[in-house]
Amino acid sequence: MTTTTTSAPSSRHALLSGWGRYPLFESDVYRPDKIAELQAVVTANTSSLIARGAGRAYGDAALNDQNRVVELTRLNRMLSFDAATGLLRCEAGVTIAELIDVFLPRGFFPPVTPGTRFVTLGGSIAADVHGKNHHRDSSLASHVTSFELMIASGEVLRCSREENSELFWATVGGMGLTGVILELELRMRRVESAYLDGELIRAGNIDAAIEAFERTDAQYGYSVAWIDCNSGKSALGRSVLNVGNFATLDQLPHNLAQDPLSTMPKLSPIVPFDFPGFALNSLSVRMFNAVIYATHRERAAHTVFDWESFFYPLDSIRNWNRIYGKRGFVQYQCVWPPAESRAGLVEVLETIAHSRRGSFLAVLKKFGGQDGLLSFPMPGYTLALDFPVTDGLLEFLDSLDAMVLKRGGRVYLAKDARMAPETFRAMYPNLAKWQAAKAVADPNNRFSSSLSRRLGMNPA
Amino acid sequence: MTRVLILGATSPIARALALRFASEGAQLFLAARDADEARRVAEDVSARAGVTALSGTFDASDFGAHDEFVRRAAVELGGLDGVVLCFGTLGDEDAAQTDPGAALATINQNFSGAVSLITLAARHLEQQRSGFIIIIGSVAGERGRARNYVYGSAKGALALFAQGLRGRLAKSGVHVMTVKLGTVDTRMTWGREGARLTISPTRAADLIYAAYRKKSEVVYVPWFWRLIMGVVRLIPESRFKRLSF
Repeated sequence: MTTTTTSAPSSRHALLSGWGRYPLFESDVYRPDKIAELQAVVTANTSSLIARGAGRAYGDAALNDQNRVVELTRLNRMLSFDAATGLLRCEAGVTIAELIDVFLPRGFFPPVTPGTRFVTLGGSIAADVHGKNHHRDSSLASHVTSFELMIASGEVLRCSREENSELFWATVGGMGLTGVILELELRMRRVESAYLDGELIRAGNIDAAIEAFERTDAQYGYSVAWIDCNSGKSALGRSVLNVGNFATLDQLPHNLAQDPLSTMPKLSPIVPFDFPGFALNSLSVRMFNAVIYATHRERAAHTVFDWESFFYPLDSIRNWNRIYGKRGFVQYQCVWPPAESRAGLVEVLETIAHSRRGSFLAVLKKFGGQDGLLSFPMPGYTLALDFPVTDGLLEFLDSLDAMVLKRGGRVYLAKDARMAPETFRAMYPNLAKWQAAKAVADPNNRFSSSLSRRLGMNPA
Repeated sequence: MTRVLILGATSPIARALALRFASEGAQLFLAARDADEARRVAEDVSARAGVTALSGTFDASDFGAHDEFVRRAAVELGGLDGVVLCFGTLGDEDAAQTDPGAALATINQNFSGAVSLITLAARHLEQQRSGFIIIIGSVAGERGRARNYVYGSAKGALALFAQGLRGRLAKSGVHVMTVKLGTVDTRMTWGREGARLTISPTRAADLIYAAYRKKSEVVYVPWFWRLIMGVVRLIPESRFKRLSF
């Protein structure tokens, strides 16, 4: 590290929000180009600071009302790559999209990716993000062998499962509250092609959907279901499952096998998303869900998907978050333990169908296990829903919280903007252990965010 | 293979430009004041472009060390075909306007250091009778403004220097291109008001690279700054001195 003294770069006073555009808070935002500048931001001032990556957390995780935010997007340098092992060392501001651009043509794909590729790796570790392969491959952080963390003193600590392991597990899923992740080592996944070989499976109701997940589990590494939240009774939870594995060369049709690692998508999208940006009233959402379901009427045999439409159907409409209008939206993602999953899903889906609050997007997915002290995933089923911000929504979501909590489930912090602190404490039983690790690295709570203050996360 | 020395390689524009050069097959020596940062940028370019970029350190104000530095860069590259000058700093303009030491520091960082390094590199290219020099300046050098005239005067002088050098080296087949940057989304503009016409560093680098391929002499990045500065130059001095921008 450089020994020259560097002053903190200037800040920009800005109104920031997460991807959900709710809530909005003013902060002093720094964007260092160099590590010494970041260090100056961390140590120059004792007021509260939180790191921000690409701003894709939905709620207030990367917001810091009337305090400081440090944006890591310019600390995005790739440092080394070993094609023999797939090990990549890079700075935390690198995005999944950059990994795909650079490494897919060379036959490597990120080991785990969330539903958007425009997230940074630092943010992905802090939120311990999962992907369509969680039931098999766990979260992205499970493929991170080590990272370097700048703590409040400005010191940089190497953290892994062996070295500073308490801090490692407090930082994975720790929402940026232990320090700033500077760089990391990630094991990329070798792939033969940029395509996936898989199926679209129609499930008439929630039982059929769960049955389809369980049946295809062993065969497919990636699985997700788009779920229709507006049908009730015997069709409650009707969905379309999308499952797949990266295609081997011999699984590709001749025309695609010519250029198997092309990053330019060649196939038509799975979901017909070219809809006008009309107001999302309950009727339009119901029509939309009916269209998706109708499109996938037949159970197709094996189908080849390109990587973009398989993993990122929403990335093709860059600012899809704006369709919810000025007030923004709240995303709600919860998970239930295996024994409670079916009952929990039925309860929540019935409540939503009755409420007519029409979630535009609803996604169902099976999880495996997870190790971070504040990690969201647990074995069981997870449901992700969007709700436009309307009157009464927050009370409605509180009622969903109670249902989820009662069955031993929890709600995802990276998407949360409104949970109550008591609910959070009850859902995350390792909080005290996490606070102990946080107190060692950040004794004066230099790192805090609007999320951490709202939920009372930091130790007293 | 084109062998290029990039001076001030840790700026976001230089990073993006280095990546363009590397993906077109150039061999790079990336130099900056901070050795560790220069190395990180070189590793980044290497990983992304699948090449091996070299890195090293220099101090624009340490004139005595420039000869040795340019020689070493040329040796490590196995020759030198081009130089891209990207460094520059706003410095502490407030201090520079009242303290001669601070003013000279700004002039040395932006002008004298550039003159020293470019003169050394130009000698090399002139002898081999081929190559190019890209000098990245700023529209701030077009007219002295109350807000940043110390910095602006260094950039203005640099543009004049480049103009004369272009004439002299034309006879030797060495091309000199002057870039006049408008506002780019970097630390210089971060947090400043009225940055509406700002472009990203990657876009700036793409425009600079395209101009280099076309062998442009003087290029405004983006192009509309030529019009803006054309208008700015026309404002009578008696009026201009009262403007607060």
